[in-house]
Amino acid sequence: MLDYLIPRYKVLRDADLCTRCGVCERTCSNDVHRVDEQAGRVTADHMKCVNCQRCVTMCPTHALAIGKWPQVGNGSSNWTLECLQDIAKQAQTGGVLLASMGNPQPHPIYWDHLLLNASQVTNPSIDPLREPMETRVFLGARPEALKVNERDHTVMTKLPPQIKLDVPVMFSAMSFGSISLNAQTALAMAAQELGTFFNTGEGGFHHSLKPYADNAIVQVASGRFGVSPEYLNTAAAIEIKIGQGAKPGIGGHLPGEKIDAEVSRTRMIPQGTDAISPAPHHDIYSIEDLRQLIFSLKEATRYTKPVAVKIAAVHNVAAIASGSARAGADIIVVDGFRGGTGAAPKRIRDNVGIPIELALASVDERLREEGIRSTVSLVAAGSIRSSADIVRAIALGADAVYVASAALIALGCHQCQDCSSGKCNWGIATQRPELVKRLNPEVGAQRVVNLIRAWNHEIQEMMGGMGINAIESLRGNRLMLRGIGLTDRELTILGVKHAGE
Amino acid sequence: MKRIYAIEAWCLGCKRCEIACKTQHSATRDTVKALTQEQPSPTSRVQVEGDRFLSLAVNCRHCAQPKCVKGCISGAMQKDPASGLVTSDPAKCVGCRTCVSMCPFGCVQVVSVEGRDIALKCDLCTEDGCIPGEPACVAACPNGALVYWESEE
Repeated sequence: MLDYLIPRYKVLRDADLCTRCGVCERTCSNDVHRVDEQAGRVTADHMKCVNCQRCVTMCPTHALAIGKWPQVGNGSSNWTLECLQDIAKQAQTGGVLLASMGNPQPHPIYWDHLLLNASQVTNPSIDPLREPMETRVFLGARPEALKVNERDHTVMTKLPPQIKLDVPVMFSAMSFGSISLNAQTALAMAAQELGTFFNTGEGGFHHSLKPYADNAIVQVASGRFGVSPEYLNTAAAIEIKIGQGAKPGIGGHLPGEKIDAEVSRTRMIPQGTDAISPAPHHDIYSIEDLRQLIFSLKEATRYTKPVAVKIAAVHNVAAIASGSARAGADIIVVDGFRGGTGAAPKRIRDNVGIPIELALASVDERLREEGIRSTVSLVAAGSIRSSADIVRAIALGADAVYVASAALIALGCHQCQDCSSGKCNWGIATQRPELVKRLNPEVGAQRVVNLIRAWNHEIQEMMGGMGINAIESLRGNRLMLRGIGLTDRELTILGVKHAGE
Repeated sequence: MKRIYAIEAWCLGCKRCEIACKTQHSATRDTVKALTQEQPSPTSRVQVEGDRFLSLAVNCRHCAQPKCVKGCISGAMQKDPASGLVTSDPAKCVGCRTCVSMCPFGCVQVVSVEGRDIALKCDLCTEDGCIPGEPACVAACPNGALVYWESEE
């Protein structure tokens, strides 16, 4: 049957710069490039190109660029070329369309409609290079009141377990299996150096990561892969994953070909079998059931570790967050619809969930209204792109943020959205040994550390400009935000005034 | 002295090191001209052996007691006592290939330059125009598979 699909990208090669050195051919796992010595040129199979930009980066003479395939649509905004191609693909294969990374639809990005404040004259700004600027954050439950013995300078209330972050950023859950062990190791090394945490995702805890256990958050998700008493007790905190921003309401599916010996041992499942995480936890059908799981995990770890509950940003997220807090969660993670994934059905990724900005604002507001905001920590996730996004998230009410896509981009990811093929040219979303070794964890960790350190400097600069010297004073400080180009309804939900007000 | 070490675990076989070496040892120091126009075309002194599954960038070890120097019949191959650098003087080299047969790592090549065979090997980019402290191959490696580290002796 003739395949009606056409290429998405066109490899543009500058003949004046190409030396036929063959680096592109050797670096492409999709076999796009071929050095044709006979013809004296390098050819490209455009159909196979996924625009990962590995060759563009590696080419010693910068002779390469990836362009859009020049085919135009018919001018209809309804039957777009992408729409036609999706139908062609499904007519060919009869399958569910698979996609990766976060929601790419052109919905409003509210971060870009929120402006930050700065001090002038009164309440002067602070120079972070000259004065201390606190970015440390503690995550976990907080007691309703704190009893202090003022004579001894001691705290008398028994504090619940908390984790300490030196920077208000953690690395979100990405399992070994969905990403390579080298990628996870790079994040673990970076977390340790930065004084923050990485999350194992639902893929078990690989034995080689033991040295980083104090900086690990282990995840318990619906498939319960790799969960054991040792697993729970080895890490600094535990996270129950109820949902993921990129694919709320559905589970996960790691195909059997990615379950090699190491993944199999770490996940505690047979080699070569599909790892299927059910859509719901089959033992959680109510907040009371969630409470049971939270307290089972707390019992298993003798109440020494905070338990987080991660939920996807969906329509009634505020009520679910409130229920989770009342069920005993110490940390609530809200994951917006632009959050990434290694694989999700395209229709789910593109159509389910809501933006993190609105979800975060409404969760924070709801918890405050109910008087329970101060008893839990709130973490925002789902496409934090820069330090300015972090400042906005914290001003909207988050204690800290999770980043994953940005950390992967630091490792080399170019968001080509082809993770599910398992042929990641950057050694991130793959288990093929010859591709995995492309990511040297030491090099990767250094890049991630550089990124987060740079962000932390920028956060300090922005806080200093606002006249704030501790990130705790920024949390929920929505007066530091002003909306631009937003409707009254949007401003009400975000709880911010319009610029000029 | 500082030596280049090849870490097999991280070598991808992309051969960017070879291209950087060719550029560094070309007349124009321009990658496009060096690889497409220059005659004779420059020779890489680092050789990537293996395939995309297992590879290694083989390079001169600048040995403490270099056999190539010991075997050289013309005095072209010399180890600098101060820097530890082993180099071959093209003016003195007679192209006898004794160094090639003596080197346990296969890191000396004999190429024809202006009708005369001479030995070529890694000079740690000590010719002028180099990046101080970082040989071109190390700078070009995308994955830390070539490192320039201080070593004992």
